[in-house]
Amino acid sequence: MTDELPRTDVTADTVGAGALPAAGEPLLRIEGVAKTFGTFRAVNGVSLDIMAGEFFALLGPSGCGKTTLLRMLAGFEAPDEGRILLGGKDIAQALPHERPINMMFQNYALFPHLTVRDNIAFGLKRARLARADIATRVAEMVALVKLEGLEKRKPDQLSGGQRQRVALARALARRPQLLLLDEPLAALDKKLRESTQGELMELQRRLGMTFIIVTHDQEEAMTMASRIGVMRDGKLAQVASPRELYEAPRSRWIAEFVGDINLFDGESKLRDGHRLVIGTRDAGALVVDEPREPVGAGKFAVAIRPEKVKLSRRGPVSEAGHETAINRLDGVIADICYLGGTTTYKVKLDAGGTVQASVANSARLDVNAYSVNQHVVAWFTPDDCVVLPS
Amino acid sequence: MRKLSRLSRFNIASLALGLAFLYLPILILVIYSFNASRLVTVWGGWSLRWYHEFFGDRAMIEAAWMSLRVAASSATIATLLGTLAAVALSRGERFRGRTLFSGMLYAPLVMPEVITGLSLLLLFVALNAERGFWTVTIAHTTLTMCFVAVVVQSRLGSLDRSLEEAAMDLGCNPVRAFVAVTLPLIAPAIVAGWMLAFTLSLDDLVIASFTTGPGSATLPIRIYSEVRLGVKPEINAICTLVIALIAVVIVIASLASKLSSSQGESAAPL
Repeated sequence: MTDELPRTDVTADTVGAGALPAAGEPLLRIEGVAKTFGTFRAVNGVSLDIMAGEFFALLGPSGCGKTTLLRMLAGFEAPDEGRILLGGKDIAQALPHERPINMMFQNYALFPHLTVRDNIAFGLKRARLARADIATRVAEMVALVKLEGLEKRKPDQLSGGQRQRVALARALARRPQLLLLDEPLAALDKKLRESTQGELMELQRRLGMTFIIVTHDQEEAMTMASRIGVMRDGKLAQVASPRELYEAPRSRWIAEFVGDINLFDGESKLRDGHRLVIGTRDAGALVVDEPREPVGAGKFAVAIRPEKVKLSRRGPVSEAGHETAINRLDGVIADICYLGGTTTYKVKLDAGGTVQASVANSARLDVNAYSVNQHVVAWFTPDDCVVLPS
Repeated sequence: MRKLSRLSRFNIASLALGLAFLYLPILILVIYSFNASRLVTVWGGWSLRWYHEFFGDRAMIEAAWMSLRVAASSATIATLLGTLAAVALSRGERFRGRTLFSGMLYAPLVMPEVITGLSLLLLFVALNAERGFWTVTIAHTTLTMCFVAVVVQSRLGSLDRSLEEAAMDLGCNPVRAFVAVTLPLIAPAIVAGWMLAFTLSLDDLVIASFTTGPGSATLPIRIYSEVRLGVKPEINAICTLVIALIAVVIVIASLASKLSSSQGESAAPL
């Protein structure tokens, strides 16, 4: 990789660049943005602040409005309502070429009639840079994405990974204040995707640029982004760090969308200090920690991630005083799914439901592995449970 | 085509028969254009006599020149209008009456030429326009524009819209994006459309005979009126030249369309 890019001229020669935001102010502020296609409300009142230097991911199932939101940031769609402030200036109705924002397209959208060099130089020529400056900047970009020697190739003479790099270099060449990435890794195979994830993160950190990525792949979002906005039906369901999203999902839908989870529906029965006992239909009474925001009586779901469910033959050996506080569920192994690093056991509970437990295969030879129809105790601690409104 | 060696005898026989049916008459015409005899049907040895005769025939040369001029100008106007129509249909917003517009654009494809020719004649008479070069050119433009539009529109349809969006994202206004990205990518289809329009105009008899005036006959009209008095071997020579010209144009057009397909996703239908 090359040396640090000179960062002094970022705003000086970026076309249409507004002033950089003051410290503490968000770079991008989305205020109540909505977009309707016909009768379909694709984006429905989204408000979001993005700080400078952030790597933000918009995550959601297909049709949730994440791509429409991204296209509104790029200027390909105009919002029906709301404002989009970049560095304090409303750009909601500005045309794409008037915004100091660049986008990397899902299918890369490389110009097939131009060489790698001309593709990267395309935006620089429109910015009326001097010929020598364009050549320098293109060389910088080519080195940055490690495409040396391929400058004279046409896009159809490149591999998928190389095309992805050209698209990235082309989008970065104008040094945008904000880079939008629409499913940038969807077309790559798994191994290449993983290494490219790392390179993108490294690049973002080194350039100190603000990235917004749209993805339907939660692992990708978790790996790369410092904050994730989960979208559903045109609305932001939760904006949180990857860890918070996984460990403290705000709703049942998010809990199920992000990762695997066991859910037990029930009603709160009694309060024991800072603990809550919830009677569930499928797993009996479960003891959980009182959520941060206190909950009243009513219907709840107890959620527990599979890797936090432990299995043992006889039940946990616990300190006598805490024995009642630990959730112990008797059952038999119904299904075993070996995944290499982990094994997922489906346990049919005597109480009626099933619970999934994910166990790390920490030893190569596991003499204690469970087998189907074996009686086991699935147990977990109250603080590993999340209480969600039903 | 790479599996040609695997064709069965039946395939080869039917292919040969089909090709013979299509091209044997043309081949005979070409051979007889080199006939030394004055009689069309009697072989009298090889000669270039009738080519000499043609180049000495002022009226025939004038008709050929007229045809070429009409074909070139009507193809150029048709390409311009047809490309604009294709862009409007595939890139424009969904404007009111879009379906009607595209239907009307493609109507000349299936309209009997007699009707097109007659209605144009009535129009020119009503307008009191002097019939000649320009009336034939306009008539041929209406005939060939829809073919250009079809070729260009299919190319535009196969182009990824995000290419234009990427150009806009990189600093082009919509017009510049079209010129810098879309136009180079559809250029082969535009060239192919022009060639198609050129050949269509060159061999049209019906519409030209309705819309032309005295003293400005096109080559097909001239040939047709000569043939009515009996086929002269000179006609064979002229037809051979026309076939050669059209063959060259078709080859260039298909090469252009092939180039266009190797650059983008799919080919223009040629």
